[in-house]
Amino acid sequence: MTAARPWACGAEPERPDGAARPWACGAERERPDGVAAASLERAAWDVLRSVEDPELPIAITDLGLVRDVHVDAGGRVSVRLVPTWTACPALVVIRGRVREGLLAIPGVRDVSVEYTYDEPWTLERMTSRGREQLAAHGLDVPACRFAEPPVCPYCGSHDVAMDSLFGPTLCRSTYVCRQCRNPFERFKPPAEP
Amino acid sequence: MSAALATIADPAVRAAFREWLLRVADDELMIGHRHSEWTGVGPDIESDVAMSSIAQEELGHARLIYEQIAADEPGGVDRLAFDRPPAEFRNAVLLEQPNQGWEFSIVRLALYEAFEGHRLALLARCGHEPVASLAATLGREERYHGLFAGTWLERLAGPPAPQSRGQTQSGDARARVQAALEAAWPYALGFFETTEADGTLLRAGLLGESAERQREAWEASVRPLLERCGLNVPAAEPSLGGRRGVHTPDLTQMHTEMTEVWRSDPEARW
Repeated sequence: MTAARPWACGAEPERPDGAARPWACGAERERPDGVAAASLERAAWDVLRSVEDPELPIAITDLGLVRDVHVDAGGRVSVRLVPTWTACPALVVIRGRVREGLLAIPGVRDVSVEYTYDEPWTLERMTSRGREQLAAHGLDVPACRFAEPPVCPYCGSHDVAMDSLFGPTLCRSTYVCRQCRNPFERFKPPAEP
Repeated sequence: MSAALATIADPAVRAAFREWLLRVADDELMIGHRHSEWTGVGPDIESDVAMSSIAQEELGHARLIYEQIAADEPGGVDRLAFDRPPAEFRNAVLLEQPNQGWEFSIVRLALYEAFEGHRLALLARCGHEPVASLAATLGREERYHGLFAGTWLERLAGPPAPQSRGQTQSGDARARVQAALEAAWPYALGFFETTEADGTLLRAGLLGESAERQREAWEASVRPLLERCGLNVPAAEPSLGGRRGVHTPDLTQMHTEMTEVWRSDPEARW
């Protein structure tokens, strides 16, 4: 924690751009049919990287929704996802698209896609690439905490006023910039765990 | 779907835990539906969107808790939400009451969120997965609801802001909020109505706090807000019934309306 950025979380910069989390280090080699499973797992991640959030221009891997992927030698793929907001209607759409994509991979026989709650979704799960894409879309994304000072995504001013905690989707709040007079939206994570 | 109840060996404890989960889910279903009645007719566009979002979240929370119960039961979530007689609902009566006016909805929201936040924290510490993790997740989402309620309560009844934007309250507004508080308070105390289940859960170590302690914690959190707004905290006796399935005709009426589409074809897949 520094005085300049009291909200800085440290965990985020350690994450390589756009890379998935460090889940599958070496474990795949221990499987009896390791080569086939490893190739299925790579194909599964390709599918996950291709699925976008239907309400925001960001891949679910960049949003940090993917908790883990398991592939067995029998062609069974299990994916666990972490929802940002549990009542978000996009969750159903995302699950359907992940399922469809995985089932289309040659060699995949069975697919399970579940939402899990044992690890909370936090802003740290979002990749730098995802943040850049949302910023380009005109959305201010806090580094770590909603309590950070908001920034106008158009002119960079901190002289902004909240219009409403509840915006067009559950994960967005609305603001007005006093400097450039633009209304803008800000990503709203669930309150800190 | 992991089963929340099947892993509890003692049938009495299992039934008590089911009852606790039903209270949570039924509370969320009822208040979620009441909030949704503001969609399109809220006092301003922001509040309309906010109340609709809160409604969406409460209904989503109800669904997730029903899923935990329904994992081991026939009929699934739809049966629990739509196909039970009123006497099987365990929600507090306050949450089935009609909106009456914006001030009543805001008072109810403020009183409920203070209770709900604390209850979810207790559920998050129940030590039984996956319910505990789920409750922690839902609790994080609820916190914004309380902020919204508090902001509106202060706007309606609190002291004038130094830089008011022409939207400060009049004496009439505060009187109306006070009247709504008088009407809601006895039913809000019904949040803490107990049944045999409470003792069972306390003894089993799933519930970490008695209803009396929960009520004290709730009062300690709502009193400062109400007093800051210049409101008098009523001294009324609790109005009970909901936790034992005793409801008002308001529930029946709302439930009939809520289930109209579902009843037209219960087997339909949406």
